[in-house]
Amino acid sequence: MKYALYTGCAAKGACPELYQSTMLVAKRLGIEVVEMLNAACCGAGVITEVDPDLALAINARTFAQAEALGLNIMTICGTCQGVMGMANHRLKTEEGLLDRINALLKPEGVKYNGRVEVKHLLWIIVGEIGVETLQRYVTRPLSNLRIAPFYGCYILRPSKYLGFDDPENPVSLEKVISALSAHPVDYEGKTKCCGFPLVLEKEPIAIGMVGANLKEAKDEGADALVTPCPLCHMNLDIYQERAEKKIGEKLALPIFHLPQLIGLAMGFTPKQLGLSRHLVSTETVVEKIQLKV
Amino acid sequence: MRVTLHIQKYNPEIDSKPHEEPYRLDVGRGTTVLEALMRLKNDADGTLTFRYACRSAICGSCAMEINGTEKLACKTQIRPELERHGEIRIGPLKNLPLIKDLVVAMQPFWEKVQSIRPWLEPLPHEQVDAARMRDAYKAFNNVEACIMCGACVAACTVYEVEKGFAGPAALAKAYRFVADPREAAVTERLDRLQGDGGIWDCTRCNYCVEVCPKDVKPMEAIILLRRASIESGLTETLGSRHITRFVDIIRHEGRLNEGLMPMKVIGFRIKDLLRILPLGIKMFLKGKVPFPFKLRPAIPGIKQVRAIFAARNPEKKKTG
Repeated sequence: MKYALYTGCAAKGACPELYQSTMLVAKRLGIEVVEMLNAACCGAGVITEVDPDLALAINARTFAQAEALGLNIMTICGTCQGVMGMANHRLKTEEGLLDRINALLKPEGVKYNGRVEVKHLLWIIVGEIGVETLQRYVTRPLSNLRIAPFYGCYILRPSKYLGFDDPENPVSLEKVISALSAHPVDYEGKTKCCGFPLVLEKEPIAIGMVGANLKEAKDEGADALVTPCPLCHMNLDIYQERAEKKIGEKLALPIFHLPQLIGLAMGFTPKQLGLSRHLVSTETVVEKIQLKV
Repeated sequence: MRVTLHIQKYNPEIDSKPHEEPYRLDVGRGTTVLEALMRLKNDADGTLTFRYACRSAICGSCAMEINGTEKLACKTQIRPELERHGEIRIGPLKNLPLIKDLVVAMQPFWEKVQSIRPWLEPLPHEQVDAARMRDAYKAFNNVEACIMCGACVAACTVYEVEKGFAGPAALAKAYRFVADPREAAVTERLDRLQGDGGIWDCTRCNYCVEVCPKDVKPMEAIILLRRASIESGLTETLGSRHITRFVDIIRHEGRLNEGLMPMKVIGFRIKDLLRILPLGIKMFLKGKVPFPFKLRPAIPGIKQVRAIFAARNPEKKKTG
């Protein structure tokens, strides 16, 4: 199994621990990756706010790079997945769109033929590798842990462009959590927004969302959360202390990137997985599975 | 087929809080949730309270939460819902005050719609650019389809934590007037939407797009209002700076520089700088952000990226 790895900006910026844990877990699972070092930012739904065609063109350039490699793209960010998945779907299905966008790329000698698929690591694990196979790699079952999934927005919605999980009833994170022998925690907030897009300009709203979602997970008995999106990770981890102040309640909920949680169950050390880079300490979880940080 | 509907009941005169009650009934292939509720009210429980009128997805009265998602009861069939979720749980819309059983107060919803002045403030007839009318109508036609059912507001993740937010339905309605060539007060409308509770409060979670029974796509209308704001020179809110600075960084480096981004958005607003600084330091100490001014090479193919930007925006070619 071989993929063109599109890391996105966060894994190469504020979440280096996502990148390092992805590389370990992908290798262990037998996913060979070619990193797309020359790919640009997907636009995160921001570029499209001022210029949809520009956002499509930048993504078409990325798709063309993977096409030249003869590989499909693996994303490790829920937001990248949503934005690129939607762009790809539109380019492939809307009449005349691919030609219009290719015209923008032509002076640079780039052309996208619409032959690439974009898939999140979560989808590859659940849809292609299979959770039964994942289970075989578990050397340190997380059976003491109650893990709350946090999907975030873009890996689920708008579902007509994504179409892996049912947005009303997603199960892929739960399947992974169970395969690692941990217990999935059900709560309403699992499909809601983390608030990250608002955190610079409307911090009170953004931390209100962090507080509401985490409190719900905590009330349902979660020891920690797992998310397939580094932007969710940033908001839930970095702003958790401020959210605690806002709701007047201690949360202390460690937030794991998807490959970090899988990596823990595969026996990688907290250091290998970059757990010390989180602002919310992961010690409670690590102690529960009898590991030293 | 015999099914059980778990319906939320609440009578403020008797109950201290809402509770769920199971109702069993036989349903046919196409039975809708609304038909089932009407039958239960007739045959099993006369107190069961819900709103409805047209029974054909036009009036917007019967929006409720079905298996955790905002839907019109008249447009939702029981069998597929059962196949999808394995059960049927019915409750009132969230985010609006509960009155009884499945009925919520719509007053806060109407107030938001009213706040955007949902009527045309017309230009004198001779000033209307009639040639623009057909395309303009295409642009806001889907917004006109709104039946004011409240599903989007009940699903809105911002409105859940900030009741001052105008919300998706009202803002979609606002876009309808901004996009209308007959409207005289476009600038004033955009101006009014810049502050707290306006277009920059949307987190782009896509919930409203997902749940809307009439495919209004309110979030996309909010994005069009943001674009119109920036194009008309309203560029100093933090929300609009977020977009323009983000685009600048991608044009310059090809990828986001998370050390630089917050500073570029916030600029010299001292209060906001002091707000983000402590977190920036903590992240820096954890090795999460590079020093903001550290020179980092752009992606190898940056020339290509800049050329695409220039192709979309020729006037920036010279300066960019």
